[in-house]
Amino acid sequence: MDYLYFPGCTLKDKTASIMEKTALTAAAALGLPLKEIDEWQCCGAVYPLTEDEFITLVSPSRTLYKAQRKPVVTLCSACHHVLKRTGVRLAADKEARDKVSYCLEQEYPGETPVLHYLELLRDELGWAALKEKVKAPLEGRRLAAYYGCMLLRPAKEMAFDNPEKPRIMEDFLQALGAEVITFPFRNKCCGAYLAVTEQQVMEDTANKIVTMALEYGAEELTTACPLCRYNLEQTPIVRDGKLKISFFSEPLAAALNLEEQEVMS
Amino acid sequence: MQNQGNPVKKLHSEIMERSGQDFYKCIQCGKCTAGCPVVSAMDLLPREVLLYLQMGQVEKLMNSKTPWICASCFTCGARCIKDIDLARIMEAIRAKILRPRGANALSPGEIPKELLQKVPQQALVSSFRKYTR
Ligand code: SF4
Ligand code: SF4
Repeated sequence: MDYLYFPGCTLKDKTASIMEKTALTAAAALGLPLKEIDEWQCCGAVYPLTEDEFITLVSPSRTLYKAQRKPVVTLCSACHHVLKRTGVRLAADKEARDKVSYCLEQEYPGETPVLHYLELLRDELGWAALKEKVKAPLEGRRLAAYYGCMLLRPAKEMAFDNPEKPRIMEDFLQALGAEVITFPFRNKCCGAYLAVTEQQVMEDTANKIVTMALEYGAEELTTACPLCRYNLEQTPIVRDGKLKISFFSEPLAAALNLEEQEVMS
Repeated sequence: MQNQGNPVKKLHSEIMERSGQDFYKCIQCGKCTAGCPVVSAMDLLPREVLLYLQMGQVEKLMNSKTPWICASCFTCGARCIKDIDLARIMEAIRAKILRPRGANALSPGEIPKELLQKVPQQALVSSFRKYTR
């Protein structure tokens, strides 16, 4: 089965090339082909949190309507968050559904499943099958998973993993053969969009996370959110090379032994 | 506004309706504050936001830095034993300030060029969604 792939703005921007390339190459190697949705539009990056704001639901809904109930896969945890919550809202809230359908001049097709790439690995492929495909296990590499917020919360809507004790990313790293480090701040916010408006607040917040990861013995911190990745990179510990930050598809591509050329082509 | 009854009460019920949250359920336990990653930069603690809403002192919130520091991380809501989604309350306060025309809290010119060149697109889209109308 083909999965529809929603890249979102960040996976196509100036900061992102390696993230998308490694993920797509790995998906092909794992027999999970991702087909990019035509003429996709930005999801809006944040889910509208007031009861009377409907217009910002239109853009993520366009993707969900277009998919016509075929599963949509994302790499970016913010896209996943917005698309998933929009889907849950449309399924439960008739007023939102009617307004969105009116704007899109289309009938509501029913609920379109939204999956993060990690869920695709866990639920469609399975960790045992992933482990079998690993050609270059990340033995001896001390990797810690950093979840951030968007994948996990609010748990009722995201239904992704236990929000206080998640394990999907640790299971993922384990399947890749890494030495997995679990540390306390893995689900603590990195400062998010304060990177634009309150840089110092963001840096202080991100600093606490990388300091803790280092204290627990991690040498690399891997995340599924491009903005988490950026924020964590803005800290002295990372700038001084004491800790590496990666997007989850980077260790995946390494463990599958996908050649540099293959990944970059 | 004056002719439509008490403006403070009106503001109060607007925030209640827009956020969809019942302030009076809050028991002031402070768990929201304890887990907030950016509380040290706030002038009102998350718990105090609920306190002032309960007391009807909405003006305090309209002049506070707190709703602009909140990173919408949903930690407070995940931990609140009364199931109050504080991130929605913060958004309703921002909406009240931003929705009138021209009240944007961020303009493109304010962002240093150097930052624009390196920050992920996601951060720009999010901050314009959060800080402008
Ligand atoms: S955690 Fe909930 S009940 Fe406790 S102070 Fe915060 S909002 Fe109130
Ligand atoms: S949503 Fe806002 S107030 Fe709540 S914990 Fe996160 S930053 Fe703090």
